[in-house]
Amino acid sequence: MNRFLTSGILIAALALGACTNPDRFGADGAGAGANAGAGANGVVPGSANDPTSAAYFQQSIGDRVLFEVDQSNLTAIGRATLDGQAQWLMTNSDYQAVIEGHADEQGTREYNLALGARRANAAQEYLISKGVPPGRLRVISFGKERPIEICSEESCYAKNRRAVTVLAGGLTS
Amino acid sequence: MKLRFLSLFLVLICALSGAVAAQQGPLRIEITEGVIEPLPFAVPSFQPESAESGQLAGDISRVVSEDLTGTGLFREVPASAFISTVSDFNAPVQYADWKAINAQALITGAVNVQGNSVSVKFRLYDVFSGAELGDGLQFSGTTEGWRRMAHKVADAVYSRITGEGAYFDSRVAYVSETGPKDARQKRLAIMDYDGANVQYLTDSGSIVLAPRFSPSGDRVLYTSYESGFPRIYVLDIGSVQRRVLESAEGTMSFAPRFSPSGQTVVYSLTQGGNTDIYTMDIASGQSVRLTNTPSIETAPSFSPDGGRIVFESDRSGTQQLYIMSATGGEPTRISFGEGRYGTPVWSPRGDLVAFTKQNKGRFHIGVMRLDGSEERLLTASFLDEGPTWAPNGRVIMFARETQGAGGSSTLYSVDISGRNLRPVRTPEGGSDPSWSPLQK
Repeated sequence: MNRFLTSGILIAALALGACTNPDRFGADGAGAGANAGAGANGVVPGSANDPTSAAYFQQSIGDRVLFEVDQSNLTAIGRATLDGQAQWLMTNSDYQAVIEGHADEQGTREYNLALGARRANAAQEYLISKGVPPGRLRVISFGKERPIEICSEESCYAKNRRAVTVLAGGLTS
Repeated sequence: MKLRFLSLFLVLICALSGAVAAQQGPLRIEITEGVIEPLPFAVPSFQPESAESGQLAGDISRVVSEDLTGTGLFREVPASAFISTVSDFNAPVQYADWKAINAQALITGAVNVQGNSVSVKFRLYDVFSGAELGDGLQFSGTTEGWRRMAHKVADAVYSRITGEGAYFDSRVAYVSETGPKDARQKRLAIMDYDGANVQYLTDSGSIVLAPRFSPSGDRVLYTSYESGFPRIYVLDIGSVQRRVLESAEGTMSFAPRFSPSGQTVVYSLTQGGNTDIYTMDIASGQSVRLTNTPSIETAPSFSPDGGRIVFESDRSGTQQLYIMSATGGEPTRISFGEGRYGTPVWSPRGDLVAFTKQNKGRFHIGVMRLDGSEERLLTASFLDEGPTWAPNGRVIMFARETQGAGGSSTLYSVDISGRNLRPVRTPEGGSDPSWSPLQK
């Protein structure tokens, strides 16, 4: 009976965990409920103030790297972001991650799927080279299917050409 | 007098090929806007042969007319101009009355509904030669399938007058789309070629892409994210049962198409960030790798004889079109114009490849010969992509996405001469069309 209850709580925690990542494809996790119900040290577990949380990873480490038009080479800024991701992932070793590659709408569907895969793979290889165990990382491409910005201008396209590291797990700690 | 009708037909063909002839040299590219005078025809409302036939008699003659006028090659003479009426399917035709209103073709018909079954007869007359063109034909079916009978009548008329293969009695599988660009909902749909009888084959719970008809029209291949990762599914249209094709953990597979035998699938598989082309035997799940390069190889399409595959690759640095043997080996590049080329599709006649071209911030649907010569761009817009061939190889359907935050995707069709660009009406937005073979 007890065991049943535990798994129930775990499911609730998982459901809650999903809520802390409000827009799976979006940027900047909107309103992570800054100080609501702060604990003794002022840190709400799972909030953006909790350095072991997915929200912290997303907002303070940076969950995404951007790419030039039709490129999958990492930029200097992208490598710096991934350095931070690698360090964080090594510290918070109970998280798995799926790296999602994306393209802007300027391209055909199939090519953009392949291009998104190249981008996700570039981020994955970099993380592995920095010591993240390959078994914790998976890649997927969404091509041009899930832009986060919808204008048809370079300002939007630049944000859509991305590889986003989406965390999973990490809720047992 | 028969000559008169024939000469009209010749004028029609010459006008079409005139648009082609304007292209000179293999790399010269221009958007053709050939203009021809559509052939005037009259379709008096078909005769009801029973009390319950009235409604369908009117509906069927209306769809016959819509099919023909929709090609841009025909123009309907309105009933208000008619001098004589047709009140008996078997009565002699008053040619002078149809000549007087310049109806060069006359289509008469009769519809007989008995319960759930319907039969349709028609005759086609060459008004200026004063003779029937071809024999009268009769089609029978269920009242539910009445549109197919109208399409069969129109197909017979179209083929007899143009000499081209039929295509109205066909279907299109596509992706039905709703919602903004950042939250687009997609589901698989199938409809008649003209947008009627839409049926949804999946729900919008996961992203679905690019359905492709089997050569017999009974199944579609498509890509779905329903497992969380892109994988290829084969769906039986009759039963709406689907099954996933074999794929290894950690890979993505997409861009499937059937071989002409219907037994093999050619597709793209991505592993370690690299995308190559494979074939798979559907029954056994055994796959064969056809390309092996660090570049992107995708969007493969078989030749009608099954011997070769056209595909896109960025091995030269940009997306270009290549042809290789269906068993792999060294490919030959066929696209050499300015810009990037993708999504090649071999024509059912085997003589042309349709493609999407991206150049200077615009997208085009175009066609070229197998050696890349006579490239012709048929459309231009912010984003046109994904051509599919009508069964007769004369018409192409594709999707057009509009610009900006409120942008949406609509299906269009265009003649391979570049004429007659028109939207295909669907209940929601549409993308990734796949035209079926002619129905049996």
